[in-house]
Amino acid sequence: MTPEEEQQLKRARRGRNIALALVLVGLVVLFYAISIVKMLD
Amino acid sequence: MTGSTLPIESQVPAEWRDYFALTKPRVMSLVVFTGLCGLLAAPGHINPVLGFTAVLCIALGAGGAGALNQWWEADIDAQMKRTAKRPLPQGHLRRTDARDFGVALSVGSVAIMGLAVGLLAAAILALSIFYYAVVYTIWLKPRTPQNIVIGGGAGAFPPLIGWVAVTGDITLMPVLLFAVIFMWTPPHFWALALFVKTDYAKAGIPMMPVVAGEASTRRQILIYSIVLFVVSLLPWLIGGTGAIYGVAAVALSGLFVAFSLPVAFRRAGEDDRMAPEKRLFGFSVLYLFALFTALVVDHYLLGQGALA
Repeated sequence: MTPEEEQQLKRARRGRNIALALVLVGLVVLFYAISIVKMLD
Repeated sequence: MTGSTLPIESQVPAEWRDYFALTKPRVMSLVVFTGLCGLLAAPGHINPVLGFTAVLCIALGAGGAGALNQWWEADIDAQMKRTAKRPLPQGHLRRTDARDFGVALSVGSVAIMGLAVGLLAAAILALSIFYYAVVYTIWLKPRTPQNIVIGGGAGAFPPLIGWVAVTGDITLMPVLLFAVIFMWTPPHFWALALFVKTDYAKAGIPMMPVVAGEASTRRQILIYSIVLFVVSLLPWLIGGTGAIYGVAAVALSGLFVAFSLPVAFRRAGEDDRMAPEKRLFGFSVLYLFALFTALVVDHYLLGQGALA
């Protein structure tokens, strides 16, 4: 693997990790909001 | 997935955009819109958080089904100009990753829908994903020129799911909304198929213009658009909507038939630019947005949505 390819690979992985982190945070917020709504019902 | 397990066939490491592209974002925008309209036009009230969750689950389910579709059709997509740029034909990710991503989205969306919104909405969502990924993509699309008619069923589910998320039961009105999209899909897609016909022939998909010929396809486009005209008026005729929707349906569906007429009664020559077909296709997308907008506006201004 050339240094350029390694750079590209790291960049892609970093992007995937950030996207996954955002999805997880989003799910946490969503489940929290759903729980509150259900409890108030 | 880590860098060390990158597949041999992958030239470029997968980016989040590749996964996003697997969900067919452009199809999803129509799905989200019609699902939201079904939810907004339904009689009754849903907590905004749960309403948002319902639409999100419809979108995630559609994305999962789209990913499963691309997993199954990667070989076919590679042979067609329109789809060759998709992430799997490009070798951006492994087929199994696309499959797992699709299954995860599908199962996750149905589970969240069931827990947060309701079991009936979750069941219909599951049915729609199964219908698109298995009944349509795997089973019937490669086998029958009626594939688009059948596939239209899959795209017709979102407003039904949105409606049921609010009401918790199935009545005539959401079924009619289903029927509208069901009848809309064949002329919408066959117009497209007429101007990308060569691609489908090459990939071995029995698309109507390839199998039954252009003349027959053009006739059927007109027939469906006339049926669509009648079906789109039914929500108004049974008293499920007010005059705003009724007038919009008459005007929009009338235009749809008007755009279908030149397509139905002409034959494409050599190097034809297919302008009427492209116009019909373009209008058909606008049609669906406008008709469902009218449905929601009607509901909020005239407040007759309670009858269904």
